[in-house]
Amino acid sequence: MPTVAVHTDKFARLVTATLLANGMPTARQAYVPQPVVGRTAAQLRAYVEGTDPVSRRPFMQEVIEGLCRPLDDKDLKGVSFERSTPRLLAPDSEENLQKLFIDNSWTDFLPVTLPTEERVDRMLKGTSHAPDEVVGRLSPTAFRESWEFTVEKVAVNAVMAGCRPEYLPVVLALAASGQTARSSSTTSFATLALVNGPIRGEIGMNSGIGVLGPFNHANTTIGRAYNLLSQNLQGGSVPGDTYMGSLGNWYNYSAAFPEAEERSPWQPFHVQKGFKTEDSVVSVFFGGRYTLAGFGPRQTWQQEFRRAFAACEQHLAPLIVMDPICARGFVDLGFDTKEKLIAWFADHARLSAREYWDNQWIQTLLRPLAVAGVEPHASRLKAAPDEMIQIYEPGDISIAVAGGETQGAWRMFGGWHMKSVSIDEWR
Amino acid sequence: MAEQFTVHDPRGFPPKVTGKRLAPRLQSLDGKVVYLVDCLFDNSEVFMNQLLDWFGEHLPAVDARIIKPRQSWVDDPEMRAKVEADGNAAILGVGL
Repeated sequence: MPTVAVHTDKFARLVTATLLANGMPTARQAYVPQPVVGRTAAQLRAYVEGTDPVSRRPFMQEVIEGLCRPLDDKDLKGVSFERSTPRLLAPDSEENLQKLFIDNSWTDFLPVTLPTEERVDRMLKGTSHAPDEVVGRLSPTAFRESWEFTVEKVAVNAVMAGCRPEYLPVVLALAASGQTARSSSTTSFATLALVNGPIRGEIGMNSGIGVLGPFNHANTTIGRAYNLLSQNLQGGSVPGDTYMGSLGNWYNYSAAFPEAEERSPWQPFHVQKGFKTEDSVVSVFFGGRYTLAGFGPRQTWQQEFRRAFAACEQHLAPLIVMDPICARGFVDLGFDTKEKLIAWFADHARLSAREYWDNQWIQTLLRPLAVAGVEPHASRLKAAPDEMIQIYEPGDISIAVAGGETQGAWRMFGGWHMKSVSIDEWR
Repeated sequence: MAEQFTVHDPRGFPPKVTGKRLAPRLQSLDGKVVYLVDCLFDNSEVFMNQLLDWFGEHLPAVDARIIKPRQSWVDDPEMRAKVEADGNAAILGVGL
């Protein structure tokens, strides 16, 4: 059936690249100006009656010709081709290679350790897996093509990030998660990585003072490796092509930390997810686009957390990282498991229905489900505008304990728990 | 001459691209059913309604109809089957 797809003009390069990757570069498209969100009916009518900002021709002419213009040879053939990437690059000086990596958007614009054959061979000693074993596939979004990668390719990126060989099983587990740390979403996601189990101590990760900052070699380089491998193994993270985050996200440099299991009053996160205490596991949390902070629990902790949850984005539940002082304070209040505290949080994380539904992503992703009668969305849609409605289910909220006990601090990061992956399987 | 280094390419392996032909085009939209597929992005419904009104005013011989999938970003085979069975062409839009 003849079709024309309508996009906003900011996505023109992405559309072109996606069409080529799908073998049909001449598929008919039409463009309107960005944005559509927030525009009135009259403004959108002007888009329809106006000019396609990409072709500079009348928008409706593009649409109608897209459906009716006869096909030519290119339309009938599409394009087919093999692509690959070489194992090794042409020899060059260190200065030129650093420039090449920057020019090709293979770095995070901080200096990288060049992945020489010797360094990659040394890195590969960190795992028993063969260099040519396929680890998995990654893509910038679910709707883009997925690129495949091997153990050696992961090791290359681990070298670039400055990792030591003993970190490689963690980096391989992150790569095997299938969850990119470089989503191309317009909403500027990051993916946070939580490490549990004995490997934390074996490789010297820091769960104490400054756990979430640049104060530990393993924490920092593992998080950096996850981001570098995501951009390079998925086919890029280049603004306008394979990255569309409007604001970007500093957590895209590095965001990996271990749980302070030995100082936590609660069950470790990976045990909550069905692993054994002695298992080494990395869990990935997709989000990172908001951060809130507080201290406590003090006398008014309930009000403080109600305010905090009301300030969270209603479409993205938080990962809450608590210093052990804070966690033990909640135990003193009777919350002797994470699950009990999460249940309280879920019950008291509320917004008026008016505010809840006035969110672009709630409208886009959850309203159709509500209209179709899917719970709990349908009940939330039925609520009166001023009714305070629950915005998260208990399963949406995660808690991890980490920190140096210099403050009873907590922090909330937007973060859906996506997956927990065995590190031991990649040793 | 500066020392020369041989380094690995850090990229993964892209899939093979297989060409696809476009579907045959219509000679005219007159008398044809054109589905306007609302992709359910915030405010796309308003845009599609304007598109529908434009067809009504400028090309009344076109039977333009709005249709929606059940969910955003999730394939809806039933909707696609209906478009295929009842329609002659489709316009898909629009995000953000």
